[in-house]
Amino acid sequence: MMREPSKDGRLKETPSQTAGPYVHIGTAPQSIGREPLANQPGPVAYDGPDAITIEGVIYDGAGEPVRDAMVEFWGADAQGRVGEHGLFGRATTDFKTGEFSFRTVKPGQMREGLAPRIDFLIFARGINLHLHTRIYFPEDRDLIHDDPELKRVAPKARATLIADRIDGGAKGAYRFDVNLQGDNETVFFDV
Amino acid sequence: MSGLPFYRRERNQHPPAYSPGYKSSVLRAPFRPLVSPEQTELDTSGPTFGHDMLGPLDNDLIRNASQGGEALGERIIVHGRVLDENARPIPNALIEVWQANAGGRYAHTNDGYLAPLDPNFSGCGRTISDAEGYYRFRTIRPGPYPWPNNGSDWRPAHIHMSIFGEAFSQRLITQLYFEGDPLIPLCPIVNTIPDPDVVQRLVARLDFKNQMPFDSLAYRFDIVLRGRRQTYFENREEGA
Ligand SMILES: [Fe+2]
Repeated sequence: MMREPSKDGRLKETPSQTAGPYVHIGTAPQSIGREPLANQPGPVAYDGPDAITIEGVIYDGAGEPVRDAMVEFWGADAQGRVGEHGLFGRATTDFKTGEFSFRTVKPGQMREGLAPRIDFLIFARGINLHLHTRIYFPEDRDLIHDDPELKRVAPKARATLIADRIDGGAKGAYRFDVNLQGDNETVFFDV
Repeated sequence: MSGLPFYRRERNQHPPAYSPGYKSSVLRAPFRPLVSPEQTELDTSGPTFGHDMLGPLDNDLIRNASQGGEALGERIIVHGRVLDENARPIPNALIEVWQANAGGRYAHTNDGYLAPLDPNFSGCGRTISDAEGYYRFRTIRPGPYPWPNNGSDWRPAHIHMSIFGEAFSQRLITQLYFEGDPLIPLCPIVNTIPDPDVVQRLVARLDFKNQMPFDSLAYRFDIVLRGRRQTYFENREEGA
């Protein structure tokens, strides 16, 4: 199908469809026991001594872990630089436990006034268009409070965007659980 | 690269999260309204990929998992352009694909469909668009397969496609269907898209003249990702 522009001269975006239960084949073959392709993004975007680990579970509306998701993360580097300096990777949720885990850098501030964050996308069976949320960090509470981007999110909902530091865990270990539905439904963005 | 923000996603061009005809969406659809913030540098830039990351057979699913032979099935070329909403070509777009084999079976630990695996086919490939936004890969036409939804539903033949443009805001995963497949209108996943005209933009067309003679048929499938606004002013107008 060749693309015909609409009245305003713009083309329409290709519609999304679910990534389905076999997303691993094309995006994370190591998760089904295959060799990854060369330079295929994986769960370790950075592994230096100051790397951080973020782990979590995505819960569905029945409180069950989503065990067939692929997630992607994208954040600024430690100096807050994006573009070619940004850090990208992807992980999958464990087939048994639903846990995901990835390693990257704690991002710096992109601009004065913006709290550091990592953008987080969720693709899975039953998700028709990927869900987009953001991971903020508990040590940045003052910046989060003053971030104009977050003013439009009610405080209780805002809390769903802030990772927890894992007590007794390794330095730089965070927990970020996602709730797709329910009283504690995670905030998702239409950016 | 960073730069101007993108047009808002037109949600009526996509399936709604809650689509009860597709049962898996019922417990996985958020119900609260989405939050629409201003786009930041993180949204208007993204990971980039270079042609040098590709292996020589990454775009040839007929041969890239060979155990000595070639994949069984109807040999096809899938090709087209990656454009943005402003009809500008998007170069260096990474396209990752995965699909079932000619019998409708995925080479995946969780697929127990009774159709046999093909030892010469993994169903995984990728390519990157060129300077004019063109991409192509070679594969076999996947078979339809049954899945539990309303009893035994059947998926039309489809190829899953994951696309990265130049910015994270353009990220998209979708599925390509084939012209003339009678299963398309019967599929609960296709029908998560309410407007049949919108579905047509996921249907690859037979491109007979671009066949590889005596080798492979060709299908044309253009992909449109979100486009950037033309001015910051326009952003203030629409972005409220
Ligand atoms: Fe599929």
